[in-house]
Amino acid sequence: MFESPTIAEFLAQSNLASTLPATLLLAWTLILVLVDLFAGEDRAHWTPVMAGVGLGISFVANLFVYSPAESEQIALYGMFIADAFTGFLNMVILVATLIAVLMSWDYLNRADIHRGEYYILALISSAGAMFMVAANDLIVIFVALELLSIPLYILAAFRSIRNDGSELSLKSEESGMKYFILGAFSSAFLVFGAALVYGATGTTNLPQIFSLVGGIVGGTSAAAFYLLIGAALLVVGLGFKVAVVPFHMWTPDVYEGAPTPVTAFMSVTAKVGGFAALLRVLVSGLSALVLVEGGAAAWQTTATIIAILTLVLGNFVAISQRNLKRMLAYSSIAHAGYIMVAVAAAGTANAIDAATQSALVYMMAYMFTNLGAFAVVMAIEREDGSGGNIDDITGLAKSRPLMAMAMAVFMLSLTGIPLTAGFVGKFMIFASALQAGLFGLAVIGVLTSVVSAFYYVRVVVNMYLREGAVDLQPALETPYVRWAINIALAGTIIFGVFYPLATNLVGMVSIA
Amino acid sequence: MDVTGLSLTTITLFLPMVGLAILLFMNGETQKANLKWVAFATSVVTFVASVLMWINFDPSSAGLQMVQRNTWAEVSLGESVINISYFVGVDGISMLLVLLTTFIMPISILGSFGSHIFEERGREKLYYIFLMLLEWSMIGVFVVHDLIIFYVFWEITLVPMYFLIGIWGSEERIYAAVKFFLYTMAGSILMLIAILYVGNRSGTFSTYSAGGDIGVIERVQAWEGEGTYWDAVGPEGEQEGFLLNSVESWLFLGFLVAFAIKVPIFPFHSWLPDAHVQAPTAGSVILAGVLLKMGTYGIVRFNLNLFPEATVAWAPTIAFLGVVGIIYGAWVSYAQDNVKKLVAYSSVSHLGFVVVGIFALNAQGLQGATLQMVNHGISTGGLFLIVGMLYERWHTKEMADYGGVWKVMPLFGAISLVISLSSMGLPGLNGFIGEFTILLGSLGSEYLGFAFTLFATLGVIMAAVYLLKMFQHVFMGELKRPLSSEEGYQLTWSEKAAFIPIIIMIFWMGIQPIVFFNMLDVSVDSIVALFVR
Repeated sequence: MFESPTIAEFLAQSNLASTLPATLLLAWTLILVLVDLFAGEDRAHWTPVMAGVGLGISFVANLFVYSPAESEQIALYGMFIADAFTGFLNMVILVATLIAVLMSWDYLNRADIHRGEYYILALISSAGAMFMVAANDLIVIFVALELLSIPLYILAAFRSIRNDGSELSLKSEESGMKYFILGAFSSAFLVFGAALVYGATGTTNLPQIFSLVGGIVGGTSAAAFYLLIGAALLVVGLGFKVAVVPFHMWTPDVYEGAPTPVTAFMSVTAKVGGFAALLRVLVSGLSALVLVEGGAAAWQTTATIIAILTLVLGNFVAISQRNLKRMLAYSSIAHAGYIMVAVAAAGTANAIDAATQSALVYMMAYMFTNLGAFAVVMAIEREDGSGGNIDDITGLAKSRPLMAMAMAVFMLSLTGIPLTAGFVGKFMIFASALQAGLFGLAVIGVLTSVVSAFYYVRVVVNMYLREGAVDLQPALETPYVRWAINIALAGTIIFGVFYPLATNLVGMVSIA
Repeated sequence: MDVTGLSLTTITLFLPMVGLAILLFMNGETQKANLKWVAFATSVVTFVASVLMWINFDPSSAGLQMVQRNTWAEVSLGESVINISYFVGVDGISMLLVLLTTFIMPISILGSFGSHIFEERGREKLYYIFLMLLEWSMIGVFVVHDLIIFYVFWEITLVPMYFLIGIWGSEERIYAAVKFFLYTMAGSILMLIAILYVGNRSGTFSTYSAGGDIGVIERVQAWEGEGTYWDAVGPEGEQEGFLLNSVESWLFLGFLVAFAIKVPIFPFHSWLPDAHVQAPTAGSVILAGVLLKMGTYGIVRFNLNLFPEATVAWAPTIAFLGVVGIIYGAWVSYAQDNVKKLVAYSSVSHLGFVVVGIFALNAQGLQGATLQMVNHGISTGGLFLIVGMLYERWHTKEMADYGGVWKVMPLFGAISLVISLSSMGLPGLNGFIGEFTILLGSLGSEYLGFAFTLFATLGVIMAAVYLLKMFQHVFMGELKRPLSSEEGYQLTWSEKAAFIPIIIMIFWMGIQPIVFFNMLDVSVDSIVALFVR
């Protein structure tokens, strides 16, 4: 057993400074609880404004702590790792949360469900995601995952009851409940997997696991068996969080029922956190799990199969969806499949860095594009949650030309048409898959993109090519939604046109 | 290393974007009358810039001219870093096709000056913005020599064309637009995989060498010297012939499918009649005039240069599909009652000639094919203008509804006759030169047999049959449906102005083709050198 350090020793050894972006956000959120409590009805807007300020502070702290050129720093006794990977994904999470907060104010008031706790929960969840992308230890991954997920369960059910006590939406209640039960279920898988890996290696620290795995696989002990089962269970647990097939069943119902800004938020942050942890576990921890001499990591085949299933199912089922939120839910499953292609590519030793970088760029592109698309869907949705069908968007180009233009750009970006961020992401993912020698996977990836073009283009068809009128909520006239759409649009176009921006940002990322 | 400094190619390429920027800041309602003038002026200035390029162009020097190359981004793949560069320049083939693009654009804009579609659909500003975007991306396809940037331009052409068909097309426009988008995207996205593989294997995305950096084409030739080729496991030369399941073969097909759908080579043509018939006049003119040539250009530029071994192995098969396209296109064209569909299917037939010419893999074949691309652009573009003007007046595309148009519109009838004759390859007009040279090439080809020439020649006769049928039904006989007012029979000034350059080119290229052959000589020879046995 180790001796507990004094506080001075702790501060000296723990390197707390490198955890500042996440811890500051968490501390700010705790202050926000008090502010919200005492601010009163007429100052209800203080909470979202201060939430935005908190995100800004964290963003600035992130810029100071992580410079892409600097090598990694270990904090909290090896449990927390601050490297370019963490810094980049922190930015993605913070921008995503900001866009979600901008979307929320309007929506909550329109549906009469505005409560300050909403923003607090969103910020806690976002801090959880930031811990998750920096987790260097199976225990931290689990704790961060819970910190990320539990607020999301509550947020998903936020539309159940109006402020005046009347029932609003059963679907939202169902969404929260479903998400909670399946989320708890998946956490159990994750913990069990972590326990087996601990049993095999005697540690929960990822770099230590990495250094031990080679010897275990080479030996004859039963530990190799536990390691394999443990790795499989970890993939299952995180697979639920990122919603890859066959762990995706909850996604469409939860996404449809949850308040739209929450759907947008969790479709990005939960995926970013989940994929970050998956990459850390598989690459930093288990990339030495090679069963055949000189071959790829043992989990590559599994990851490949999951990727193929996810790509095919997500894209094909999305075709038959009439509800835009459900369509975007299935499309988000499909996009998890593309990121899964990068995860699979990371199983080949010489493609690890290219694959990790491509996954990061893809997540950023997906973040801007998907949040933007959800913001537009939210803007045309009616108070009672209806009006989000594909026919309701008909003629948007006439009534709201700028919004329709933005939505068209988002749809083209999700399809992967050049000059949008989505193309850059897909391009890098496929390049890394080829680098890893996964030709078949890359070909399936591009072919399913064509399938996805079918349902994304249908949205553009309805907006531009068909005549009709969308009756928009007057509440939409607030500038916040427009800002959310504008930020997402700017990100989608800037990172799409200025290709080197994205590659330079992730150029130093290496988690192997 | 970079070859920096603003080249004339860059200026020509980005002029349409200047027009687009101006249009973007104009008010679509209050300045409605000026929109078309901005678009027209931009396209004319772009044409002038491309003519300046032509004047600067030295037909006797091999390799690219007016080159500019700047490193754009770096892709790290494993240990290697591959540059993506903005790399533009022209050789004879590119030059001719850039000229075709900038020539067709002002004509198609003139063609939509008096169009009635805006009264019905509006959104003129968006229309001209898409036309500018289209011109930019089409020129880009022809001048860019970096595979990734090429792919970007290639895919971008889809977007404006999709909207042009979808918003301003005829009744079935949505179906046609979506089919066009999905069909062409399905083809080109496989090319992306092939492009990534090429970059990964050769360590560069630049096709040509520039500024000390070695391009893919030069690398392929170096591999040939080593006897390794694309497969990197070589020596392929010692194997029993070329393997159809080798890496090179798959890469060849990856590129070819993308181009074959665009051309379209039989049996990938089914999107074309729909897109052509539904598109607005300017859309059809550009589609037939330029967009289809992107496919044949891609085959010449990439398939032939990058995969010479696979080209030789596949040449008879694809030339056979070309011949099938010639006969099938002509046959189906003859069976049409819809005049626009007739012209659309004639494209399948005419482009079949180009494919046969390319895969003859000799100087005559390639020169004829390139010239035929331009000829087809001019004469079929002209035919679509004619159909568009007929439709503006009579609002029908059924041939049975017409008849006797020549009697009431003598000038229009004469122009239409010249353009039809040019399209069917009458000696003395431009179409003859291209088709004749292609047939000559296929006859002398080491890779194709006599049968190819024989059946392709049948296509020339069949072209005369269906085009004369069209001319007879529409222009001869008695006037079936008189217009309500005599004014309708007059050609407007913009319609006349659109035809003048077409007629000039038809005669010029027919009478003095040597000017254009000279441009192509050196560029074509450098490709043909790969296939001399």
